Amino acid sequence: MAYIELRNVSKSFGTGKDRTQVLSNINLEIEEGEFVAIVGFTGSGKTTLINLISGLLMPDEGQVLFKGERVTGPSHERGVIFQNYSLLPWLNVRNNVGMAVKEAFRKMSKKDRNKRVEDYVEMVNLSPAIGKLPKELSGGMRQRVSVTRALSMSPDMILMDEPLSALDALTRGNLQQEILNIWNKDKKTALLITNDVDEGILMADRIIPLKPGPKATLGPEYKVNLARPRDKAALNHNEDYKLLRNGIMEYLIQIGEQRASKKDSNHVLPDIKPIVKIPPFRRISFN
Amino acid sequence: MKDRSIHILNFVGLGFFEPAIRLAAGEETKKNLIALFKKVLLPVLAVGLFLILWHAGSSYLYNVEKDFKIETARIASGNSGVTTELERIETGESSINSLPSPVAVLGAFKTLLADHKEINLKKEAFALKVAPLNEKNLEFNRVNADKIKEGIAAKKKPIKYTGRPSFVDQIFTSLKTVFAGFFLALFLAVPIGVVLGLSSTLRSSFNWLIQIFKPVSPVVWFLLVYMIVKTFTLEYDGDVSFIISFIAVGLCAMWATLVNTTLGVSTVDKDYINVAKVLNLGVGQKVFKIILPSSFPLIFTGLRITVSVAWMVLIAIELLSQSPGLGTFVWEEFQNGANDSNAKIIAAMFVIGGIGFLLDKLMFTVQKFVTFTEEATT
Ligand SMILES: Nc1ncnc2c1ncn2[C@@H]1O[C@H](COP(=O)(O)OP(=O)(O)O)[C@@H](O)[C@H]1O
Ligand SMILES: [Mg+2]
Repeated sequence: MAYIELRNVSKSFGTGKDRTQVLSNINLEIEEGEFVAIVGFTGSGKTTLINLISGLLMPDEGQVLFKGERVTGPSHERGVIFQNYSLLPWLNVRNNVGMAVKEAFRKMSKKDRNKRVEDYVEMVNLSPAIGKLPKELSGGMRQRVSVTRALSMSPDMILMDEPLSALDALTRGNLQQEILNIWNKDKKTALLITNDVDEGILMADRIIPLKPGPKATLGPEYKVNLARPRDKAALNHNEDYKLLRNGIMEYLIQIGEQRASKKDSNHVLPDIKPIVKIPPFRRISFN
Repeated sequence: MKDRSIHILNFVGLGFFEPAIRLAAGEETKKNLIALFKKVLLPVLAVGLFLILWHAGSSYLYNVEKDFKIETARIASGNSGVTTELERIETGESSINSLPSPVAVLGAFKTLLADHKEINLKKEAFALKVAPLNEKNLEFNRVNADKIKEGIAAKKKPIKYTGRPSFVDQIFTSLKTVFAGFFLALFLAVPIGVVLGLSSTLRSSFNWLIQIFKPVSPVVWFLLVYMIVKTFTLEYDGDVSFIISFIAVGLCAMWATLVNTTLGVSTVDKDYINVAKVLNLGVGQKVFKIILPSSFPLIFTGLRITVSVAWMVLIAIELLSQSPGLGTFVWEEFQNGANDSNAKIIAAMFVIGGIGFLLDKLMFTVQKFVTFTEEATT
């Protein structure tokens, strides 16, 4: 039995004439301890998908099963790291994390809870900033807090919705490594949503593209058979890596073009930017 | 030190001192001179211009009235009438009640302060005189505590000064009323606003009532409160006029806070609600840790409007309720029609405006203290 399972899940928004089906017939299985990445275009329904798994949204059709049971709402067992950090601006780092710990460990003594908060903040090297408000932190630091908040509840599974998309390349690289290091400790089941194929390959065991919406479905999956720990610099020279990467990119470009031609057939598509950038290709071939 | 004081000044909304401090510290002379000119010199010039226009206007109006009086006297009793009329105007026997000049208002202000000192002396003398008597009354109450309880003996009340209040006393009465009204508005509007904000059913149920009561004028609120409070206070011998006026002020001023609180609570950022959901926050935590803090900016904007409105309607309501505050002062001076009555009214006007300004600054400072900003502002 899969740890998490989506069966024929569909989700629409709006009513009447404005109703659009964002996700259509999604089937997905993730095993315990597996790290899965979903790559897709902006606006294709990635956040919707993760909200369905976290329990923030309910599917119109089909089922979301977690450990064999239907997901009926959010739970501490599935920690969520939001796309835009979603820290509470009026609480400092300690209280942002503390609020989560307090809810997840109601019976714990206040002292133990404080200790837990401090340990988790220490884990992402934010101890010096523990008294600061989110507005006083850089984007990378904010996302670290968000990661800590999700992990401090000790969830069985972590759901990450483009956690690093808003960061600059350098910070992004560092945080990828940090998240991987933390994940390596107890190898919890993880689902990462990303728009960066490289990020997916670096972090995940399996990569699944989400086709552009409306009526987005999942594409063919790509196994990442690269040994861990993976080193970003070394990967660039790895033939398997290049092959895998090019394969996924080609697929994405192909479905991107399909979407572009669909546009002529009277489909109103969301205003979205494709994440397919040509430079990475060149970078690789010139290496 | 310098940065600290600038920070504090900006915080309490007195940022216009900033260029002066920076100049004193010898920082970017040219830029700060321009800033000083804009923020300090221009406003001072504007005030000066206002005073000049005011003075010119008041002497023009004075002369028109004076000429009219003399002309009337001439028609009534010829040249001799003119001389006596001039004399009477000189001695103040025949008063010319037009717009007072700035100097006259300053004079009236000084008179009011002198009057306050005088009344204070009287109060002290009175307190000294009745002290032994009050002592005796207290003693009586203590000795006869049992009898008072059984209702055989009447409790003796301390003797209070019942003379005319001074202008300063009246200012404090008004402030007391406005604060009582403000807190009434706060304790009514915020909880109701939160409840309405949380429930769209309740919101639409009460929508019509709110829309109707919101624009009701202070005078009508006063009458309404009067009708109700009068019945409840039939046997109460305390300060009923104060009770009526602060309730009327509160009811009149609470709407901005009610509407803003409802709006704030009903439009909490979806991201924050999602956080509450994935953290499985309980209802209490959700309201106090997420919904209220995120509505604080709107709630405080509402409270700031409430204070301004409360202070603005206070004068009219006090005037009607005869509560011994600034409203009553203004009205009594107007009825009085003495030589310096108009000057006193204008003096009161400046005091009212000044206090209103300070109250707003106070709220502004409190608002900055308790509300968050999403991004660093610098
Ligand atoms: N609550 C909602 N109501 C209506 N439309 C929505 C809602 N949430 C998402 N959508 C629409 O669904 C589509 C997919 O959104 P989303 O899942 O956020 O995409 P992604 O995360 O891949 O960028 C978008 O076209 C968006 O406008
Ligand atoms: Mg998204």
